[in-house]
Amino acid sequence: MQYLMSVFGPAEMSEFGNYADEATMTKAMADTGPFNDRLQAGGHFVYANGLASATTATVVDGLGETPVFTDGPYLEAKEYLGGFWVIEAADLDQALALAAEGSKACRGKVEVRPFQ
Amino acid sequence: MTQVEDAIARAHHEEWARVVAAVARRFGDLDIAEEAAAEAFATAVARWRVDGIPANPGAWLTTTARRKAIDRIRRERKRDDKQEEARMLRDDGPFEPRGAIEDDRLRLIFICCHPALAMEARVALTLRMVGGLSMPEIARAFLVQETTMGRRITRAKAKIKAARIPYRVPSTQDLPARVSGVLAALFLVFNEGYLASGPDTDPLRHDLTAEAIRLTRLIQSLLPKDGEVVGLLALMLLTEARRAARVSPSGELVTLGEQDRGAWDAELIAEGHRLVRERVASGDAPGRYQILAAINAVHTFARDARDTDWSQVVALYDQLVRLDPSPIVALNRAVAVAELDGPQVALASVDRLADALAGYHAYQATRADLLRRLGRRDQARAAYDKAIELAGNTAETAYLTRRRDQLR
Repeated sequence: MQYLMSVFGPAEMSEFGNYADEATMTKAMADTGPFNDRLQAGGHFVYANGLASATTATVVDGLGETPVFTDGPYLEAKEYLGGFWVIEAADLDQALALAAEGSKACRGKVEVRPFQ
Repeated sequence: MTQVEDAIARAHHEEWARVVAAVARRFGDLDIAEEAAAEAFATAVARWRVDGIPANPGAWLTTTARRKAIDRIRRERKRDDKQEEARMLRDDGPFEPRGAIEDDRLRLIFICCHPALAMEARVALTLRMVGGLSMPEIARAFLVQETTMGRRITRAKAKIKAARIPYRVPSTQDLPARVSGVLAALFLVFNEGYLASGPDTDPLRHDLTAEAIRLTRLIQSLLPKDGEVVGLLALMLLTEARRAARVSPSGELVTLGEQDRGAWDAELIAEGHRLVRERVASGDAPGRYQILAAINAVHTFARDARDTDWSQVVALYDQLVRLDPSPIVALNRAVAVAELDGPQVALASVDRLADALAGYHAYQATRADLLRRLGRRDQARAAYDKAIELAGNTAETAYLTRRRDQLR
């Protein structure tokens, strides 16, 4: 069973990415690497990556004759998807336990959502 | 009630959770389990009248529910994957001892109270799946529309399925946190019965307190070594014991100090005291329910309100504050402090909680009472006004109104 683990952050990233300052960024990166390694070793890792800031997004509406492009993210919000993992887990309990580890490592709240 | 009706009512009380749990484990689907159990009981109403009451009603109901579940799966999968059908219908797989304790009903309780579900969904699911309450009964319990409650339960079941919330007893390591989630749901049901929050029901709702006690007893029988489960059961029993004395013939709430202690239920008090003593004797560090039970044991130990050992009550609240430094605990502690150190000292503590609790009826009621005892009539009256505005319980409103009017 696959789950999406999403991490949210501000629309505009600072020079320290989603993080408040350099020290936090350095620590988060130092912890997230080994966490990814543990996901790999446990057979849970499917994919993971960070996104560029939400301000770089473009919304495409291809429903009409010609596609319409709109600058910015789909929904106006205070925080946007900043990065995510796709993991393989036996059930929600296992996914939640992994998400708790990931949240600690990346210093952010993690949303867990199952794939269909 | 005829003999058959009586047997069915008893079986519903005793066997509902077992039937749902057995079918849920077998087919891994709460929806199917709930429907199959309901159908089995409906079939029993018709069959038992003709064939007589079976020797083992629980086994009869479980077997019937399993057949109903199989019928439904076959119906739904007529054109679907035959292999999937075969998988669903295969005999019980090998027993998998994964959790700390193995009982289908326990798995059922833990899945209904999973921390990934909202508290209101946990309460509704537990009452439906474990308690066997009907949808209208649950809707009435929490004063929401039947359709709203139906949607809440449907959404929770859909999440359990889609997110694959596992049907198992948590590991020994996770058990305490998960048990505390279950107890929180049951305490919520109990409290709604202890002091109904809305004006449209009886002020005390014995149906809800009784159901909460029944379910807590069930969990206690399944997890006999968990101190907090015993604590919550003792707390409920010692609170329920005072029920008959809590509302006056004119429909007013009667405070603990003014209750007719002769009207308390001696049997429930004896059982509650025995459970509290058992926990104290264990020497384990008590959790919040055990401390709350101990506080209620001190109250129910005093034959006369004036004999209450208030220093013991305050000491127990001090212990509770260390575990749970919430403003509500601080408010309850202040009520005890008023008896020990006087209303002036208590009022100072209460006033510090204004920011957090100004919108809470019990805060205003406590403040009003302290101001009244201090002879600050105008301020007391204003606090009673606020408390009356915030209180939803009819018996509480009646009590507060009389107190306020005495200050005119």
